[in-house]
Amino acid sequence: MAQMTMIQAITDAMRTELKNDENVLVFGEDVGKNGGVFRATEGLQKEFGEERVFDTPLAESGIGGLAIGLSLTGFRPVMEIQFFGFLFEVIDSVSGQAARQSFRTAGKLNAPITIRSPFGGGVATPEMHADSLEGIVASQPGIKVVIPSTPYDAKGLLISAIKDENPVVFLEHMKLYRSFRQEVPEEEYTIPLGKADVKREGSDITIIAYGAMVQESLKAAEALEKDGHSAEVVDLRTVQPLDVETIIASVEKTNRAIVVQEAQRQAGIAANVVSEIMERAVLSLEAPVLRVTAPDTVYPFAQGENTWLPNAADITETAKKVLDF
Amino acid sequence: MAAKKNAQFDPVNTLHEIEEKFDMFQILNEDGKIVNEEADPKLSDEELTELMERMVYTRILDQRSIALNRQGRLGFYAPTAGQEASQLASHYALEKDDFILPGYRDVPQLIFHGLPLHMAFLWSRGHYLGSDLAEGLNIFPPQIIIGAQYVQAAGVALGLQKRGKKNVVMTYTGDGGTSQGDFYEGINFAGAFRSPAIFVVQNNQYAISTPRSVQTAAKTLAQKGIAAGIPSILVDGMDPLAVYAATKDARERALNGDGPTLIETMCYRYGPHTMAGDDPTRYRTSDIDSEWEKRDPIVRFRTYLEAKNLWSEEKENEVIERAKQEIKDAIKQADQAPKQKVTDFLKIMYKGDMPYNVKEQFDIYTEKESK
Ligand SMILES: Cc1ncc(C[n+]2csc(CCOP(=O)(O)OP(=O)(O)O)c2C)c(N)n1
Repeated sequence: MAQMTMIQAITDAMRTELKNDENVLVFGEDVGKNGGVFRATEGLQKEFGEERVFDTPLAESGIGGLAIGLSLTGFRPVMEIQFFGFLFEVIDSVSGQAARQSFRTAGKLNAPITIRSPFGGGVATPEMHADSLEGIVASQPGIKVVIPSTPYDAKGLLISAIKDENPVVFLEHMKLYRSFRQEVPEEEYTIPLGKADVKREGSDITIIAYGAMVQESLKAAEALEKDGHSAEVVDLRTVQPLDVETIIASVEKTNRAIVVQEAQRQAGIAANVVSEIMERAVLSLEAPVLRVTAPDTVYPFAQGENTWLPNAADITETAKKVLDF
Repeated sequence: MAAKKNAQFDPVNTLHEIEEKFDMFQILNEDGKIVNEEADPKLSDEELTELMERMVYTRILDQRSIALNRQGRLGFYAPTAGQEASQLASHYALEKDDFILPGYRDVPQLIFHGLPLHMAFLWSRGHYLGSDLAEGLNIFPPQIIIGAQYVQAAGVALGLQKRGKKNVVMTYTGDGGTSQGDFYEGINFAGAFRSPAIFVVQNNQYAISTPRSVQTAAKTLAQKGIAAGIPSILVDGMDPLAVYAATKDARERALNGDGPTLIETMCYRYGPHTMAGDDPTRYRTSDIDSEWEKRDPIVRFRTYLEAKNLWSEEKENEVIERAKQEIKDAIKQADQAPKQKVTDFLKIMYKGDMPYNVKEQFDIYTEKESK
């Protein structure tokens, strides 16, 4: 096994599927010669040729439409949106078209498209690069939305996404790309979509998170441990559909929960998670379920983002409120 | 078997005929000689000198910005060297009350339109005070979403027209930007409404790593304007006189009610795409670089002005020293900006009454920030 960063694991997943299935195509802006602006597709064009790994003109809606069209001729497009803030340029293809492909053809056709994109804050990008827009796509039935938090998960989940018959939005948090390494098998393996993972076991409170907030939640759990509280950290991994079973099982065990997201309070996934808990496990709760989120402004300018983003201290503080309720 | 030619119709020929029409318009050649006397805009000596000063200033600003970025004293920065004529000579044809809707690389034009330098630096650092625009400064902050400024420019142009203003809007994008739907929509709208807009396409050969040849099958980008039914021209973007003359002409047409113009400026970006990790050696060779350096707008304009006794080494050094000093002062001023607070963000976003739940957030952050 090799030690890989998340971005290496992502490249490896694409390489594996390009090798395994000749219908897999990788394309987007600057993914070829440049290997992507983050180097996620580094070396793939060299290895698989320009027929299978290629640059497109600079138009996200074009890339989205191309993917839908290619899927109609039997290909499995893996398209890159250079930054997820550019989702708005391709939203019709993703939410308006690919998501309903299966429904509008009475199930005859599907759209086995993987839409990869970096997102997430804390790396001082210009406007419209870091925004957490997962809530926008997750609110559209017909799309799966996957957000890994570790290199191992990233490879297994991305391979599943490429193999999936539905459109899958696969979001890669920029801060996690190179933040740590992990053992990642070189061969093919899959992690099922729609399955959460308990990243740390605990008995007093459940912290539910995804993406970079999983790492912050793990730090918070350490801090809570020093104060004598045992926190369980659930990594959603797929934010649409939610793994309700894992969430409820954990809440029924700990009787307390908080939900953490990097997105603004009014956006994103957390509100959905809270609703599921309220509908299914309200009688197990010893305290209200609280959220840790960014405040309700647009994503701020680079120099102010670190005061705006939620962090481990915010999570610890909110967890204590719930524990002391 | 070759396709049979039909004598009655020949779309291939139509395409070729249109493409052939787009010769590159040039006035001042690479050796600093006037090669197109009739088209010379005949700028006064003062104007010629001022345009040169702006280009030299911008080259220094570029060098200093790159250095400051490396020292961590600036944030986002997109280099401009090689594009001075394209940027500043086009801007030089505008009047103060004209509007500019810039792309992310078009900061020099904003500065010469009146954006204080320290604000450009604050914008680079990602501070909202960098976009706290003064009353009457008719610009938008640099646009990050490629193409968005093109459709918005169509809107500004229509607004100016409806208000009966004798002004135009100028907007910029790159060769890559011409692939976006917004590009086509913008030029088409302005054409349909015959609005006073000037659309500049700065063809610096690359969109990040993607060469122009991968961007489109079209032989020129200027010809795309023809499809929208608007006058379009391909200009040597490293020739300040040609860029100026083409823009001036477009402005006059716009003010006469004759609608928008598309100008493709053929140029080159010497540096990386931005300072955020782009490595141009991955996608272009030093041979190509030096080929384009021979066409440098500053070198050729210097030669031209020196022959007219309008420029000297001494004069150039004065501009360089002034630029360096102003940059130093502006950085100091930018350093004095207050730290951004979440409460500021909330206040800016929610003018008037904050909704109940936002007010609650405001109170929480007020307390946090007072610690
Ligand atoms: C809608 C959108 N897609 C992608 C990007 C990322 N991006 C920023 S600049 C750039 C290339 C732009 O090339 P071009 O329009 O030729 O302008 P140049 O940088 O060459 O001046 C890309 C792909 C973006 N900012 N906005």
